[in-house]
Amino acid sequence: MADHLLRLERIGKVYHAGEPSQAEVLHAIDLTLEAGEFVAIMGPSGSGKSTLLNIIGLLDRPSSGKLFIQGQDTGQLDDAALTRLRGESIGFVFQYHHLIAAFTALENVMLPMVVDRGFPDLTCEARARDLIDRVGLTKVADHPATDMSGGQQQRVALARALVMTPQIVLADEPTGNLDSKSADDVFALMREVNTKSRTCFIIVTHNRSLAERCDRIIEVVDGHIRNT
Amino acid sequence: MTYGLPLEWIVAVRFLYEGRLQTLFIVVGVSIGVGVIVFMSAMLAGLESNILKRVLTTQAQIQVIAPDQVARILRDPAREIEDATVQRPSQRLALIDQWQSIVRLLRDEPNITFVSPTISGSVLAIRGEASRSITLVGIEPDTYFRIVKIPDYVVAGHPRLTSDSILIGIELARELGARVGDKINITSANDGQRVLTIIGLLDFGNKSANQRSTYVALRTAQSVMGMIGGVTSLDVSLHDIYAAEDMAQTIMASHRVVAESWIKTNAQFFSAIQAQKATNTLIRLFVGLSVAFGIAAVLVVSVIQRSKEIGILRAMGTTRGQIIRLFLLQGGLLGFAGSLVGAVLGAGGLVYWHSVARQSDGGELFPLVLEQQLFVYTAVLATLTGLLAAMAPALRAAKLDPVVAIRG
Ligand SMILES: Nc1ncnc2c1ncn2[C@@H]1O[C@H](COP(=O)(O)OP(=O)(O)O)[C@@H](O)[C@H]1O
Ligand SMILES: [Mg+2]
Repeated sequence: MADHLLRLERIGKVYHAGEPSQAEVLHAIDLTLEAGEFVAIMGPSGSGKSTLLNIIGLLDRPSSGKLFIQGQDTGQLDDAALTRLRGESIGFVFQYHHLIAAFTALENVMLPMVVDRGFPDLTCEARARDLIDRVGLTKVADHPATDMSGGQQQRVALARALVMTPQIVLADEPTGNLDSKSADDVFALMREVNTKSRTCFIIVTHNRSLAERCDRIIEVVDGHIRNT
Repeated sequence: MTYGLPLEWIVAVRFLYEGRLQTLFIVVGVSIGVGVIVFMSAMLAGLESNILKRVLTTQAQIQVIAPDQVARILRDPAREIEDATVQRPSQRLALIDQWQSIVRLLRDEPNITFVSPTISGSVLAIRGEASRSITLVGIEPDTYFRIVKIPDYVVAGHPRLTSDSILIGIELARELGARVGDKINITSANDGQRVLTIIGLLDFGNKSANQRSTYVALRTAQSVMGMIGGVTSLDVSLHDIYAAEDMAQTIMASHRVVAESWIKTNAQFFSAIQAQKATNTLIRLFVGLSVAFGIAAVLVVSVIQRSKEIGILRAMGTTRGQIIRLFLLQGGLLGFAGSLVGAVLGAGGLVYWHSVARQSDGGELFPLVLEQQLFVYTAVLATLTGLLAAMAPALRAAKLDPVVAIRG
């Protein structure tokens, strides 16, 4: 049996376990995703979408259940191994761009490669320039990252998420802060990358019309999921 | 980004540059601390070397004298030799027994560089109507000048002693109205008498020494004092001047003599130096601590300010180790930058102070010693302090939960 790209088995998450403020946010979630899938996650705010995304992205550990990435049980990995796996196979796009202000757009895109190698070199820069070109920011490549419009910043963030050629890109409300034109551009760009390189995209969005252009919509309600 | 430079360096420098006002303030703070340390250490080193030099060029490191002394060498608080002898009841000088064989044995000691026999006693210097009681020191110039740098104190004439010449202090010369080339009459209590030619005038920078100290050839003094072949002291110099006290003990253990080391006769000087050094160390410690806390405070704030960036870096695969190194590096860089600016400040202050601070006689208060070593040492120490100070903030940064950090 070929390994699934991503498999969640009865994933649960409890915040502040054992304390009065204990909150059970995710309840025994089962989910399987394959390479090349382009998935929307929808649901009311506070339903646990970001929590789910953070667990898939190895930023957070589940309180119960198992998460497999390409057959690898991530519960068996220590922090350093998780960090490495995260760096290699997962790209993030957050709602508020989250670019590092001390660097230019191009440098922000280079960063994940520099983190991986330990130092920058010519190939990092060439690869980053290529991605900057692909997201249509050639002209502003050397501008400070936070001196750009929201749409441009989010395209930089997308280029950064793609620079390590991850199998999975996790986007938490990537267009939530953009006007509809920019939102459309960014979404189209993600779809294009998905078709060309079979990168699996998991996109949290409140935008029903964008979600409907995805292969699959997963509804999260009160920590339970419903496939559509 | 500079190719090949490690990630931690690139990010550390960018962060410091981005927060340049904070960086500037803490670097200035560190600089002031380092500047004070450099200034103080260099000045103390200068003062110490000055005093040490003065002590070591005006007296032997060990002086060997006859045992059971009633007669003793007196020293004034300024630690200049007065060379006054208190006469024993017998009215005789305390001569060292068998001094030739002691000299021979001492010269075989590996730590001993020179041994110089001298005889000294009170005599009368007479010129015309004027007469003065003086201390006549008979020396072997070849060895004695290596131990006590008499030629350095010659301000007129020359120090090349012959059997009928004499070196006298400028104050005595003034009192006797004598100049280089003039003759004076030397008379001892034993009625020994010689007419000697003044070949040089000495200025020890001390009035009583300039009044009383006179130097002649050993044989001349022996004959004036009627002590042919006798010596009252053996002056010894050493390779390792700080071994003087041990050596003095060794000499006393193996010969029937009293040996006094410069360390013992300058005990006051040593305890003063020791106290200075202790104070200096204490000040360094506290300056170091305040520098460390300053750097730590700035970095703790920076970790909080940058928690989002740290979260992003972690999300893109930055390891805890890399985050720790990133902050340690910032601490180290702040310490290092502060030490460079501080060294310049300290050295500048020292040069300035050196040019304005004068002794009462107009001479320099301390020699300008700017040892490279001090700067290297300070830079290394400041950098280490920065690294150490960054430890807690760095650990804190590494412990940040990326989820919480990104959520903001
Ligand atoms: N670190 C946390 N500690 C405690 N509660 C949290 C934490 N993160 C999220 N929660 C809670 O978990 C629930 C789900 O949050 P989240 O996953 O952010 O929802 P969504 O992204 O769907 O809006 C919310 O009620 C939120 O308050
Ligand atoms: Mg959310």
